[in-house]
Amino acid sequence: MDQFTLNLIVVGLTFALYIGIAIWARAGSTAEFYAAGRGVNPIMNGMATGADWMSAASFISMAGIIALAPAGGYTQSAFLMGWTGGYVLLALLLAPYLRKFGKFTVPEFIGDRFYSGTARLVAVVCLIVISVTYVIGQMRGVGVTFSRFLEVSTDMGLYIGAAIVFAYAVLGGMKGITYTQVAQYVVLIIAYTIPAIFISLNLTGSFLPQLGLIGSYVPQGGDVSMLQKLDQVVTELGFTAYTADTSNMFNMILFTMSLMIGTAGLPHVIIRFFTVPRVADARSSAGWALVFIALLYTVAPAVGAMARLNLTTTFWPNAVAGNALDGDALSLEAINSDPNLSWINTWKATGLLQFEDLNGDGKIQYYNDKNEAVAAIATERGWAGNEVTKIDNDIMVLANPEIARLPGWVIALVAAGGLAAALSTAAGLLLAISSAISHDLIKGSINPNISEKGELLAARISMAFAIVVATYLGLNPPGFAAQVVALAFGLAAATIFPALMMGIFSKRINKEGAIAGMLAGLVFTAVYIFLYLGWFFIPGTNVYENVPANHFFGISPLSIGTVGAVVNFGVAYVISAMTKEPPQEVVDLVESIRIPKGAGAATHH
Amino acid sequence: MADKSSSHAYWQANVRVILISLAIWFICSFGMGIILRPALKGISVGGADLGFWMAQNGSIYVFLVLIFAYAAKMNKLDREHGVEE
Repeated sequence: MDQFTLNLIVVGLTFALYIGIAIWARAGSTAEFYAAGRGVNPIMNGMATGADWMSAASFISMAGIIALAPAGGYTQSAFLMGWTGGYVLLALLLAPYLRKFGKFTVPEFIGDRFYSGTARLVAVVCLIVISVTYVIGQMRGVGVTFSRFLEVSTDMGLYIGAAIVFAYAVLGGMKGITYTQVAQYVVLIIAYTIPAIFISLNLTGSFLPQLGLIGSYVPQGGDVSMLQKLDQVVTELGFTAYTADTSNMFNMILFTMSLMIGTAGLPHVIIRFFTVPRVADARSSAGWALVFIALLYTVAPAVGAMARLNLTTTFWPNAVAGNALDGDALSLEAINSDPNLSWINTWKATGLLQFEDLNGDGKIQYYNDKNEAVAAIATERGWAGNEVTKIDNDIMVLANPEIARLPGWVIALVAAGGLAAALSTAAGLLLAISSAISHDLIKGSINPNISEKGELLAARISMAFAIVVATYLGLNPPGFAAQVVALAFGLAAATIFPALMMGIFSKRINKEGAIAGMLAGLVFTAVYIFLYLGWFFIPGTNVYENVPANHFFGISPLSIGTVGAVVNFGVAYVISAMTKEPPQEVVDLVESIRIPKGAGAATHH
Repeated sequence: MADKSSSHAYWQANVRVILISLAIWFICSFGMGIILRPALKGISVGGADLGFWMAQNGSIYVFLVLIFAYAAKMNKLDREHGVEE
């Protein structure tokens, strides 16, 4: 059976599973549509949160982002700490109290706590901007994964993906999404782990990639550790050492913090904790979510380091047992004839890997031609520059099964895993958007007297509408696909997280303070990003070129969310101190959400 | 609902546990993984330094233990103050 047929079968089976779950888990009430009837087991919710959280970027790109970082793999650790540490903040500062509050959406809490329809509307605007920008990337991810593995166009892939999400999200709402996410988590974690175990066994002899990361390098006899070997090989070729320290510690701290509080402030993650039965379950469920996320996030740096080492020694066969430059570079003849190296041409055909024999010597020299010492050697030996002209980040995960010569079904599983990661995150985001429309806008302000049945229908129509909009934006991305994640995290960090935290931990912050704080955080963060990336991301309208030398205090637009959050807290505190205290019933509300007792009764309203 | 003074004591105890947990959260990630990395260069973990390992793997394990420890501690506090569900 050829690879294409195998991919079709495996992906088809997983899709049939998702649809089957959708039919089984139809939502019969708004409580089921918005919060899965609050009957989800905390471990199951943890798994669903894992799939909800881990996007196409986590699954396909993150290992490569770390592995191929020009300044060394260490400098990208912000992603690893930031995207996991946020769950500590969720468990300690937000999830249990919002579960006790016992309603359906994030803007609903902000509206009630700050006794203001305006505050609720500001929160809806923030939520929609965050979630819509985020979902565009997921829809693109679905299209790209389809086109790579199933030989359809990116647009066609996007339509198929949208149709699948439509089926289970419109039918099942949060209930359908939760149980499909559990299945999607299982698919994606198996698909990620199997190739990782094999590459770890090959390079370090260790079954666990986490131990392989700190293990020894087996192909050279095991005397030298894998990371030392990697540092030695890449520096010999003129690249920055893999474990090299960051040159801008301040920015790395702000970036990590921005990702952490951004994570804790993402509405589609927060609403997952509304689905568990009790306050105590919300606490432990955040722990379970991190267990399931850590299974991928502790493996990713190992995959990155090992794949980088493997790729480098493939182009420099002598590097396996000695120094790269003591021997010859990989020859074109070997690439075309050695069955072990057939993956090189496979991925060259996709454009993710590009090389060219510039000096016509029949060999492919891969090195950093910007490094003076290595460039001198290159001139001496008659090389005409680095001949590996492109290594896409995604190849570090996507090509692993072929590099390790794993059977075809593993490759098919990686395709299904990438799709599961993208679809599950898209569905979670779409639910956050549609519930903000049907519950916060329609029920909350346009038609408060809408019946239960009417609201459920409105929720389904909003979901369908959100999918259509997301599909349209996925087909016609506004030219800023790469930057949107920065905006989503920065805004979540600067708007929603501080508002929720102050709502729970302060009785004094009032509606004036909260509204002013959110708007200040939103405007400050967005403007700083626009200064470097263009007004509303329109290319060419940026005020400064986006290079470190131009950043204020060395703070990159990716890291500005942390400062935005500080602005939000500061403005809210000052304005609240100057205006009237919140009314007594709001103080009572804050006191009641701080106590777990009575959570069960609070679900109906 | 529990009476006012008891729920106040419960909240004070909760905030104390949160502050201790956040201190650990900060030290293991921002501290050992970033700020103190140069100072910890001498401690080696499998071919790299402790700071590198904390940033790429170690802090995630600490986060995990931290959340479950917090959940367990809070379940105990809930019972002690009679505010459990």
